Amino acid sequence: MEDIKYIEPASLRDEMLHLRNEKKMDFLRSLIGMDWGVPTEGDAPDSTRGLGVVYFLESTETHERTTVKTSTLDREHPELPTVSDIWKTAKLNEREVFDFFGIVFVGNDDMRRIFLRNDWVGYPMRKDDEPEKENPLRMDNEETVDETTEVELNPDGTIKDKENLVFKDEEYVINIGPQHPSTHGVLRLRVSIEGETIKKIDPVLGYIHRGIEKMNESMTYPQTLSLTDRLDYFAGMQSRHALCMCIEKAMGLEVSDRIQYIRTIMDELQRISSHFVFYACLAMDIGATTPWFFGFRDREKIMDIFEETCGGRLMTHYNVIGGVQYDIHPNFVKRVKEFIPYMRGIIHEYHDLFTDNIIAQNRMKGVGYLSKEDVIAFGATGGTGRGSGWHCDVRKRIPYALYDKVNFKEITYNEGDSFARYMVRMDEIMESLKIIEQLIDNIPEGDFRVKTKPIIKVPEGSYYQAVEASRGEFGVFLESHGDKYPYRLHYRSTGLPLVDILDTACRGLKIADLMTIGGSFDYVIPDIDR
Amino acid sequence: MFDFSIVTSWIHTTLTSVMPEGWAVFIECVAIAVWIITIYALLAIALIYMERKVCGFMQCRLGPNRVGKWGCFQVFADVLKMLTKEIFNPKHADQFLYNLAPYLVILASFLTFACIPINKGASILDFNVGVFFLIASSSIGVLGLLLAGWGSNNKYSLIGAMRSGAQIVSYELSAGLSIMTVVVLTGSMSFSDIISYQTNGWLIFKGHIPAVIAFLTYIIAGNAECNRGPFDLPEAESELTAGYHTEYSGMHFGFFYLAEYLNLFIVAAVAATIFLGGWMPLHISGLAGFNAVMDYIPGFIWFFAKAFFVVFLLMWIKWTYPRLRIDQLLSFEWKYLMPLCLANLLLMTIITAFGLHF
Repeated sequence: MEDIKYIEPASLRDEMLHLRNEKKMDFLRSLIGMDWGVPTEGDAPDSTRGLGVVYFLESTETHERTTVKTSTLDREHPELPTVSDIWKTAKLNEREVFDFFGIVFVGNDDMRRIFLRNDWVGYPMRKDDEPEKENPLRMDNEETVDETTEVELNPDGTIKDKENLVFKDEEYVINIGPQHPSTHGVLRLRVSIEGETIKKIDPVLGYIHRGIEKMNESMTYPQTLSLTDRLDYFAGMQSRHALCMCIEKAMGLEVSDRIQYIRTIMDELQRISSHFVFYACLAMDIGATTPWFFGFRDREKIMDIFEETCGGRLMTHYNVIGGVQYDIHPNFVKRVKEFIPYMRGIIHEYHDLFTDNIIAQNRMKGVGYLSKEDVIAFGATGGTGRGSGWHCDVRKRIPYALYDKVNFKEITYNEGDSFARYMVRMDEIMESLKIIEQLIDNIPEGDFRVKTKPIIKVPEGSYYQAVEASRGEFGVFLESHGDKYPYRLHYRSTGLPLVDILDTACRGLKIADLMTIGGSFDYVIPDIDR
Repeated sequence: MFDFSIVTSWIHTTLTSVMPEGWAVFIECVAIAVWIITIYALLAIALIYMERKVCGFMQCRLGPNRVGKWGCFQVFADVLKMLTKEIFNPKHADQFLYNLAPYLVILASFLTFACIPINKGASILDFNVGVFFLIASSSIGVLGLLLAGWGSNNKYSLIGAMRSGAQIVSYELSAGLSIMTVVVLTGSMSFSDIISYQTNGWLIFKGHIPAVIAFLTYIIAGNAECNRGPFDLPEAESELTAGYHTEYSGMHFGFFYLAEYLNLFIVAAVAATIFLGGWMPLHISGLAGFNAVMDYIPGFIWFFAKAFFVVFLLMWIKWTYPRLRIDQLLSFEWKYLMPLCLANLLLMTIITAFGLHF
């Protein structure tokens, strides 16, 4: 259970600045909106009520972690101070909280809705909101708004509104997406350009927003599992692993070694298959079509392995609370052991065709430079963070499953350009093979599933579990009030920081570089929109 | 070697014997126009089919294999589909320019195509400045692309058109200079003279070092001129969805599509004509028997074999390389390729002046 310190909104900024500057908490892992309801008679004296935010912080130097929360009881005009000037990643996350809970962050210069339509009525994640009542299916098109209202705090404590413009009238703005070959899904980027040069990028999100976090609140724990595969569909195993671990941790359930082995191997297979897709898509974005087929040819082998054991190829639905759905197929070990030498023998084709190509190198080297400070400030984990020299691998930072028992390197590059991000992924394929090789021969006998009660209830409290998904840190935040439904289930998106940092990486570069950089970030849209 | 002019002069004499010469020439012109369009369409179909199969072969796939044996009717089906599709006009487009653009593109392509000699005596346009005419008419095409981009009232199209304008104008210099190297060596701008110069050896062998350089620069520049990978920036599908022809549908899109493939063939055919001997068979001096056997193979087979060989080279390049970026593309042309072509032209002039060629 997480120990969360409560801070009054009035002293929040001082406390946060103290944490940032004195304690060197430079990585805001998660910023989670919460609705703790209205105060009632029977409340314990230390219980938190009202609309609030939970902040998960970590220091990248000392790896010290802390969690703080704040809340306001005002439900008409809830206002909290912003932390977006302390951690850049907070800007987009605060927009998300505003969108779902209606909390206005004083000092955040962009308070537009992020996932929902601009004409949406109400704030759906509030416990007393009825989204279906006031929001019929609208047949008119959504207008894109360019004005945002910033709430500013005057020195005397009063508040004034300030209008900000995202794009000026004379700017040449092109829409890239939501239907576009290289946005990897329904991402819409509004790009202001001058000739071929990018001046500013404004991501418009929410085209595949399904309200998964809201749906979770009316689902029992085993039901919530099926939605994680639909977040990042190239990291289904890992995100479901995170949710299962989180619920198991909350229930105090220990899983057997066999389960740990199977889960770790599956996670790594998923990572390899995701990096194949990364290779294929990046090459496609740069204009080389043939590497696409190389990536997908070999990914197919992993998909076949998944299919034999799980029954599914993309949506595997494999991890369950207390174990895995089925025992591994009798062919599983044999096929994985065939795959490892095959992959080691064929990886040179990938490098011959694409990595060593002079055009590919010119397109990637030095393009989209991100400093280590940038990636930490935006919380861009995964290959993007490691390409800029940030040791952000959750498998090393907070080992889970069997990652403290296996021997593997955390791949980092210091260049911070697209080529570094690309090479991180290519080298990680080889590291994942190494991890699987160490485990595949030693899978112990035992149960593949611990018996659980038919109705799972989780003790009251807040729980957080992070895993290293295919494209960064994926976190599950669970707040339980002791029911069979979660009170709040939040997923830390791996892709949201990547879209956020796109503007920093692309400014002053060409349109073609946007595709390279987007490809090298490797975001998956359903994971961003949730 | 069969001389096709026997056939053409027989037709001409037959026609003039039954009607006045004006009528005869008129009928001949119509027949030739029909002939060009037919060959043009058939070549396009062959090229599209070849592209699909070659690309499949490069990418561990089969390519089309459902419609007809080995999928050979796939392209006919596609052409039929394209012919029956509605031609769509965007609301705020400049209707006149928008509808004119595909015709300009296809016109340029036809004019250029007419310059290429297919067999001995089978060249439609052949006069003393044939090379000049070819370069001039091929550059009408870029006007069509610019109009398409401007007329569509689409931001992607406009960026694509600007890219293609910058690209084609730049690379035309290199292509022209590479052809000039050959003109310097042969001393003629007429295609028939250039081919007859190659009777005892193709120019790529006769002109040795500068000719090989000119061949390579021409292939690169020609590839860029017909907007094919790695120079397919104007229609870079991962950046601009389809570039200048985003808004076109039906046969208007079909014209762009046809012109693109035929331009590929024209580049290959010109390379084959001026560097690889055109319809001339392969002759090795000293081997009289071998040369006699080679002479039995008709000229048009030699021509098409050479042209399709170059087409295959270009397809190989396209399906292997990633795409360049616009600034890399332009700096490659202006900083490396064009100076190289100029130096090469100078080298060829020296070699020709001192008679150092074979």
